[in-house]
Amino acid sequence: MTGPAFLTATGLNVTLAGRLVLKDVSLSLCQGHLVALVGPNGAGKTTLLRALAGLLPSDGAVHVGGDALSSLPLRDRARRFAYLPQGHVMHWPLPARDIVALGRHPHGATDPAQLSPKDNDAVLRAMQATDVMELRERRVTELSGGERSRVALARVLAVEAPVILADEPTASLDPRYQIDVMKNLRVAADQGVLVIVVTHDLGLAARFADTILVLSDGRLVSQGEPAAALSEQVMAEVFRISAYRAEYQREAVIVPWAKI
Amino acid sequence: MTAEAVAATHNDTTRRSSVMAALIVLVVLLVLASLGIGPVRLSPLTVIEALFGSGSDVQQVIVREIRLPRAILGFAIGAILGLSGAALQGLLRNPLASPSLFGAPQSAAFGAVVMIAFGLADVRSYALPVAAIAAAFASVFVLLMVAGRNAGLLILILAGLAISSLAGAATALVMNLSSNPFAALEITFWLLGSLEDRSFRHVMLALPFIVAGAIILYSQRHAFRTLSLGEETAQSLGVDVGRLRLMVIVGTALGVGGAVAVSGTIGFIGLVAPHLMRPLIGHDPARLLVPSALTGSALLLAADIAVRLIPSNGDIKVGVLTSIIGVPFFLYLIMRERRALGGGVA
Repeated sequence: MTGPAFLTATGLNVTLAGRLVLKDVSLSLCQGHLVALVGPNGAGKTTLLRALAGLLPSDGAVHVGGDALSSLPLRDRARRFAYLPQGHVMHWPLPARDIVALGRHPHGATDPAQLSPKDNDAVLRAMQATDVMELRERRVTELSGGERSRVALARVLAVEAPVILADEPTASLDPRYQIDVMKNLRVAADQGVLVIVVTHDLGLAARFADTILVLSDGRLVSQGEPAAALSEQVMAEVFRISAYRAEYQREAVIVPWAKI
Repeated sequence: MTAEAVAATHNDTTRRSSVMAALIVLVVLLVLASLGIGPVRLSPLTVIEALFGSGSDVQQVIVREIRLPRAILGFAIGAILGLSGAALQGLLRNPLASPSLFGAPQSAAFGAVVMIAFGLADVRSYALPVAAIAAAFASVFVLLMVAGRNAGLLILILAGLAISSLAGAATALVMNLSSNPFAALEITFWLLGSLEDRSFRHVMLALPFIVAGAIILYSQRHAFRTLSLGEETAQSLGVDVGRLRLMVIVGTALGVGGAVAVSGTIGFIGLVAPHLMRPLIGHDPARLLVPSALTGSALLLAADIAVRLIPSNGDIKVGVLTSIIGVPFFLYLIMRERRALGGGVA
């Protein structure tokens, strides 16, 4: 790890409906890193993401940028964490530009029709980065899954927060869009954002992430650079499969593998 | 590229302003009509003269003492019903939400009926709206508790059905137990919903609560927009969703409770008004609030004029008329939302 930690969690425990979902999770992450959070279904990945953003009550301490999360008002939290939930829920047929502009809500831009020049620029940058400029007048409920995911991502980028938490942003997308989304998040990380991505795609995680965190049954069981974090032992014990490892165009390739 | 604005295009803004202007003109015309129409017909000019103190004494009494309170109540009650319908639809991200489908007016009526039937309050005391507001608050609170977070259409409608049935049964029980048969009859008529024979005393009874409810609901408008992305994302954008829910419950209860206390139950305006506005204003739940309120006013004023014009040997209650028109509209909405309803078992 390089640089000082920006986001730390110490002894994080989360109980949901009487069940201990996160058990004593501690981590320390730096800005400018893309962190992939992986693990089997029900391992507690989404819960960890929500606990880090302060969206659900947890025992233990979370610090972001040197401040205790619990001491930050809702508005301040919203400026530090941009949160992209699963499924890209959009209830009303609003134009895509209004959805993206909601990303400026934490900065006081409550009305998408009256954005300050600063907010307007942030929205424009986000829409250009995700290539949704030509969709801006379209109603989000009429977009395809891939288009909607890009609009959702633009909304998250528009917050221009130091931390992005993305929950399965590549789920149910075709391979091209999956790579596009990861590329966008990679660019954000390269610009200094701490990006944490929940994903089931170990191949994408290994290719794009600096760090991989492996959760299993609510515990953080492995973390580090992709090849080390996803060792043969972790693959066998956590995922109960093996992996095919290779190199293609000078990049490490990992393909989950099990005999059938 | 940076000079480019991403905000709403000029066309959108122009269209919204012209819709608003048209609504205001419509409401003003309906108020004038409401002041002019009745057993004694008065021309708009006479109405305006009487309003501002000229014209004969009789005309002044008719316009200022008899018809003006009725028109004010029609305007205010229609507005709060339209506004609370739009607010509930925004909170629940659900185009079928409305106070009357969730049993709020029925519950408010129960609260008021208890006060009347047991002689706990004079029909013109503040105890009536307070009881109505308390009962409306309880009903919306219970509904949102039962439905839980991110409730689907089906759960909301079923919970609303249960609550309005319970309120109806409780009201029937109170009338059942009431020793005075005339009181029961009077309550029955009152429950049908009417603006007839209301005085400024009634206006004073309802208006403070309606205004307070409207201010509370309107103050939450921007939060409704963030809820388009779901409760969790709204929270992540800095909106206190728990507080928002409470504000909507309080605002709806104040407004609907205050309205029901003087008019009885008038249904379906809250459901219909936002729907009439969506094709013109768009689906943004924040922008729908004020146009829906004005549409609600126009609908109730028009219905209240219609009951005076429809020839009949008894007087038709305005609440009956809004339901007769509103229920088929509701059926039409269900038909249109059939797909969402089918998949709405969330």
